Amino acid sequence: MKTLRHTLPGKGTLAAALMATGAMLAPVAAPAQEDEVTLTAVMHSGLRVLDPVITTAHITRNHGYMVYDVLTAVDENFEPQPQMADWEVSEDGLTYTFTLRDGLMFHDGAPVTGADVVASLERWGERDSGGQLIFDVTESLEATDDSTVVWTLTEPFAPLMDVISKQSAVPPFIMPARVAETSADETITEYVGSGPFVFNEDEYEPGVSVTYEKFDDYVPREEEPSWMAGGKVVNVDRVVWTTMPDNLTAMNALAAGEIDYLEQVQIDLMPILESAPGAVVEMRDPLGYVTIGRPNFLHPPFDNKQIRQAALAALGQEEMLATMQGDPEYYNVCGAIFGCATPLGDEAGADIVTGGPDPERSKELLEEAGYDGTPIVLMAPTDVVSLVNQPVVAAQALREGGFEVELQSMDWQSVVQRRAQQAPIGEGGWNLFFTNWMVPEVSDPLINVMVNGRGDDAWFGWPEDTEIEQMRSEFVAAETPEEQKEIAVRIQEHVMDNVNYIMMGEYLIPQARREAVQNMIQSPVPVFWNLTKEAE
Amino acid sequence: MFGYILKRLLATIPVLLIVAIFVFLLLRLTPGDPAAILAGDAATPAQLERIRDRLGLNDPLYIQFFTWFGQMLKGDLGTSLISNTDVVSMVADRLGPTINIAVMTIVISVLLAVPMGVIAAWRHRTWVDFLVMSFSVLGFSVPVFVIGYILIQIFAIELRWVPVQGYASPSDGVGAFFSRAILPSLTLATIYVALIARMTRASMLEVLGEDYVRTARAKGVRENVVLFRHALRNAAVPILTIIGTGFALLISGVVVTESVFNIPGIGRLTVDAILARDYPVIQAMILLTAGIYVLVNLLVDISYSFFDPRIRY
Repeated sequence: MKTLRHTLPGKGTLAAALMATGAMLAPVAAPAQEDEVTLTAVMHSGLRVLDPVITTAHITRNHGYMVYDVLTAVDENFEPQPQMADWEVSEDGLTYTFTLRDGLMFHDGAPVTGADVVASLERWGERDSGGQLIFDVTESLEATDDSTVVWTLTEPFAPLMDVISKQSAVPPFIMPARVAETSADETITEYVGSGPFVFNEDEYEPGVSVTYEKFDDYVPREEEPSWMAGGKVVNVDRVVWTTMPDNLTAMNALAAGEIDYLEQVQIDLMPILESAPGAVVEMRDPLGYVTIGRPNFLHPPFDNKQIRQAALAALGQEEMLATMQGDPEYYNVCGAIFGCATPLGDEAGADIVTGGPDPERSKELLEEAGYDGTPIVLMAPTDVVSLVNQPVVAAQALREGGFEVELQSMDWQSVVQRRAQQAPIGEGGWNLFFTNWMVPEVSDPLINVMVNGRGDDAWFGWPEDTEIEQMRSEFVAAETPEEQKEIAVRIQEHVMDNVNYIMMGEYLIPQARREAVQNMIQSPVPVFWNLTKEAE
Repeated sequence: MFGYILKRLLATIPVLLIVAIFVFLLLRLTPGDPAAILAGDAATPAQLERIRDRLGLNDPLYIQFFTWFGQMLKGDLGTSLISNTDVVSMVADRLGPTINIAVMTIVISVLLAVPMGVIAAWRHRTWVDFLVMSFSVLGFSVPVFVIGYILIQIFAIELRWVPVQGYASPSDGVGAFFSRAILPSLTLATIYVALIARMTRASMLEVLGEDYVRTARAKGVRENVVLFRHALRNAAVPILTIIGTGFALLISGVVVTESVFNIPGIGRLTVDAILARDYPVIQAMILLTAGIYVLVNLLVDISYSFFDPRIRY
């Protein structure tokens, strides 16, 4: 932390008065020891929900990786790797046996047992869409002894290891059984994990600051770290996440050396950091995000496939992404619904959206479909920076493509409430909205909620799509990666034809750190193991 | 006086009751769903419904109201729907920074603005008056975040005298507190210096034309005594009103300044709660703000009688 070069004059009487006024009310930070290494990070959002299973919020998932550990995790090749446990699969693909490694311990000193794993997986299975699919075919899940868990299925579920090893949105974090027995619809109230950091409850201020301390009894794996897999070796004593709602302030703080790491750098402000000595701007999330538009299948005009195709023709990724990001270095025209850099990613049939807007084609399709000029209600959030531009660009492109568009501005909370309404447009319904996902959250047909075609049980927009459901079932039954890929390509083609959603491309968000912080690993989820911090 | 204070304090009860009912109903009529914020983007409608049930958001409105109101009478403002944290402790944590910055801002503002206003009135229509009025217009006109960024650029980035951001409690050390509180206080003070200086000047101009000021000068009383003892005391009532209102405004939250300087005050708490539709926190903040306004107005009214003996309660 930087020391002051000067103190201010006239601080006697006034300071005493102010101290008397505020001392009783002001939070007092616990003093850190002189030789402790503390890393101060500004994350993309304040931490408010401490239960990494009840919510899909990224900041809570990041918190989960600090405090909790996972059974298995994907590496940079999207391959599941052992983390807390090794596993074996029976030849018929029906029995998965997990063996916990030695030395696993919760922060309260209790050993991690098979019973904790079973309770944690069961709670996770009630919340996570992929987990629900596995539990649909689960015959039993039981701890046969303290270090062995046997998961028996009624039918093979080939992607099981991919689902439980996923890094986002809700990985199955392992908690003590007494905590995991909390209902999946209620937030947990005890925050004991077995991960590499201990949550400091006394210093936690929701939305403001959260402190983690190194868990001295954590035994890391011996492998090199790779994404969420491998050895989680902690080289700092404390990590403090502090929230800064103003990105310019956060960048100035990094430039001045007051913080060590900034998770998201606003691209138009990057010159501040590029010219600041000791600051490094870099890309460490290799996959990035996707931005998408979701039509409502229940009501006209998007209950008509041809009109959805017209919307797809009217929109162009380049225009959208350039408005959002500005610098082409930080976006990627990409038509692959599972992401362009993922094993299942493929751009089949995506020319219509990657090739630029085609308003004439849109008009032709609208004419063929008999579009009657009913305005499209397009919800436009005004308070989430990463979602402000898409509706505005889309509205103009759709108008040029022959649509009548009613752009309705509202805050994100109103979008969230309204998109859940199935009512007709005149009674509070909607036709189209935009949102963003991390690529790992859309990277396969089981994780990607927008390819769910179960009507009322599907994600907002509610497509009734038996064809895609059939393909998802085939994906579950597929035995080899080649088969999975072939089915994923068919789903990709189907989504481009049926327009289950509009893939508007990928974008990247740079991060920044002080030079003194070294060895941060590449990962879509920011992690604080392995890194080192030297004195500046 | 005591009877008057008691009467005013009793009058706050119906005011706060009306505010409580109004805020409760207004929030329930505003679109938004705390369960959706809690569960995140991928939650299914069925999952959201179950969470709403658990949070009590599906109960009839009157049950929700009486549950909350009953808790409030016992001094319990409830639990945040999002962070599951006690609202009283959340507000208490954030009140310290806000009060400290507000006190420092008002102290700076009064120390600068009152002499500026008095001098401007005393040297009416001279370059001094013009200078004070020009500063005043500037203080009103320049957005507060611009002033904040300029101060950060000069004092934190170029000169490196103070940190860019953050807050330290006075209990962490006077130096640490001042170094972090001075820039946000100066930023906020620009508006209040402008406001109070203008009001002081206008009140003083009115009073300086009165007979008793002319008489005091004719008796040979020194000019500073005329200005600060005779004139300023009589001009004090509108100035005190402005200071009181300004203080209440500062306490109820200055979200832009809190964001620019990264101060964990109640302005940010309120805005975050509104964006997340965290009903118990919003209700607590609005009741607190209403209470502060009532209290500050009472204190201002009482203070009138100290400066102007003609005012009796």
